[in-house]
Amino acid sequence: MRFSKKNLLSLAGAILIYFLVYWLQAAGVISAFQEINLMMVGINIILAVSLNLIVGFTGQLALGHAGFMAVGAYVSAILTTNLGQPFPVAILAGACTAAVAGIIIGLPTLRLRGDYLAIATLGFGEIIRGAANNINYIGGAAGMIGIPQLTNWTWLYLMMVLTILVIVNFLNSTHGRACVAIRENEIAAETMGINTTYYKVLAFAMGAFFAGIAGALYAHYFYLIQPATFTFFRSFDILVMVVFGGLGSITGSIIAAAAITIINAALQDLAVLRMVIYAVLLIVIMVFRPQGLMGTREFTLDRWVPKRGEASGSAGN
Amino acid sequence: MALLETRDLTISFGGLMAVANVDLCLQQGELVGLIGPNGAGKTTIFNLLTGVYRPTRGEIIFNGRSLVGLKPYQITQRGIARTFQNIRLFGNLSVLDNIRIAYHWHSRYGILNAIFRLPSFHQGEAAILARSQELLRIFKLEPYQYEKAKNLPYGEQRRLEIARALAARPKLLLLDEPAAGMNPQETKELMTLINWIRQEFDLTILLIEHDMSLVMGICERIYVLDYGQVIAEGPPEDIRNNERVIEAYLGREVNGVAPQGGKS
Repeated sequence: MRFSKKNLLSLAGAILIYFLVYWLQAAGVISAFQEINLMMVGINIILAVSLNLIVGFTGQLALGHAGFMAVGAYVSAILTTNLGQPFPVAILAGACTAAVAGIIIGLPTLRLRGDYLAIATLGFGEIIRGAANNINYIGGAAGMIGIPQLTNWTWLYLMMVLTILVIVNFLNSTHGRACVAIRENEIAAETMGINTTYYKVLAFAMGAFFAGIAGALYAHYFYLIQPATFTFFRSFDILVMVVFGGLGSITGSIIAAAAITIINAALQDLAVLRMVIYAVLLIVIMVFRPQGLMGTREFTLDRWVPKRGEASGSAGN
Repeated sequence: MALLETRDLTISFGGLMAVANVDLCLQQGELVGLIGPNGAGKTTIFNLLTGVYRPTRGEIIFNGRSLVGLKPYQITQRGIARTFQNIRLFGNLSVLDNIRIAYHWHSRYGILNAIFRLPSFHQGEAAILARSQELLRIFKLEPYQYEKAKNLPYGEQRRLEIARALAARPKLLLLDEPAAGMNPQETKELMTLINWIRQEFDLTILLIEHDMSLVMGICERIYVLDYGQVIAEGPPEDIRNNERVIEAYLGREVNGVAPQGGKS
């Protein structure tokens, strides 16, 4: 870690947001409904940022993110509920299992491109859901109930910051550039000495790892997980956030995940009309900003803080 | 010992022998041209040398070791870099990032170093940045370093692609029609550049080109390919007068003398 002005400012901002929300919660300003949405914002940010690593930066259209989330959710829930393990161990185990699933799925399917990969990963998500439906140990279709509610604002925020920090640091390195090179031109990337299979599987595994964390947080906030929670519609929701924010923009994913979650919550009272308004909103935005809110650009502090040395136009926090 | 040698190099797509029994031999430091009519198999040879295709038959020896069966990235790491006939830059990335990506496999820090921003990350990145900017300076691309590669003028894109290939620090550089789409003035500058990088970077160069002024001007030796086979090989002046070459390019006169053929 280097403590440049920019990093210190980001750190101060991150701590400030944490304590602000913590204080608001302690003071009872945040209602139960708002708290649920706050948690969903955090979980969706983790999901969107991790999916953006796969789809937006490495350029691999994957539609199985809910599957990785389910793996993380179930594994962590089994560990805390049935085996009495502490929460951090459960999160880590859920994330690692999801990452292993990512590698197992990634190795054969990442030879496929574009639509074919999308269909293969879609199939993977459905297999996970189908398996969960039929395993009695984890409750089958009824799901797991009575998971301890261990996810609180502190855990959520910690995991969210960790996700963003790890992925941004990864992307702003030669390894991240290797991933972006694959998106830009796979043949040229390979010719430049980049082991494209390795980096594709790596991006897949990293994305799955953080989706697993999101799943663990989700399971331990809502007490209950069911296979029906992890349908392909959820994968699709996450993809919408990524596209909406801009393929290849971390800050875009963060803004979009928060915005879409909040819009969804705000429209909750409108019942059927909600889906119509939501759809129209998405169409309007895609027509006027087809590259997403941020395109591939990032919102950085560089504009306000004089930069030192490094001047790359890539992801910043 | 030759730097690059192919023996009986052959690839067939279905019934079509795209490249047949080609024996190339490049000595260290040579600048060799590969010419031939359209569809003769020149780019296919490049694709065979760089591992994009696997030969049906034959051997490719580079630096004393066989390249057959290696993946393209492994071949690059052995020391062969190339440019493409249709430019393949990382279009949406900056000119600087295009070069930095090519330094990737020389970078010495691991993924955990990057994630935790350990000292070796900062050292590694500083080294990559310094080398990349030096290369951009050499190629006079420094003013464009933060531009998107796809927004560069055509000639600069070609130069950037050569610079990017050199960033991989190859021993052998394969140039696929480097002068395509260039005007005579630009071609002249390119010739000077190719000669210069060859000495400066201690390179062996094999180039495909249709522009005869360039081929005849800088190549020491030329292979002529037609229908996947080498029909002639030798210094430019021999090739210029070789009847089989003239026939391949211009066809045979109806009442003309029958070609005597043979290698010069």
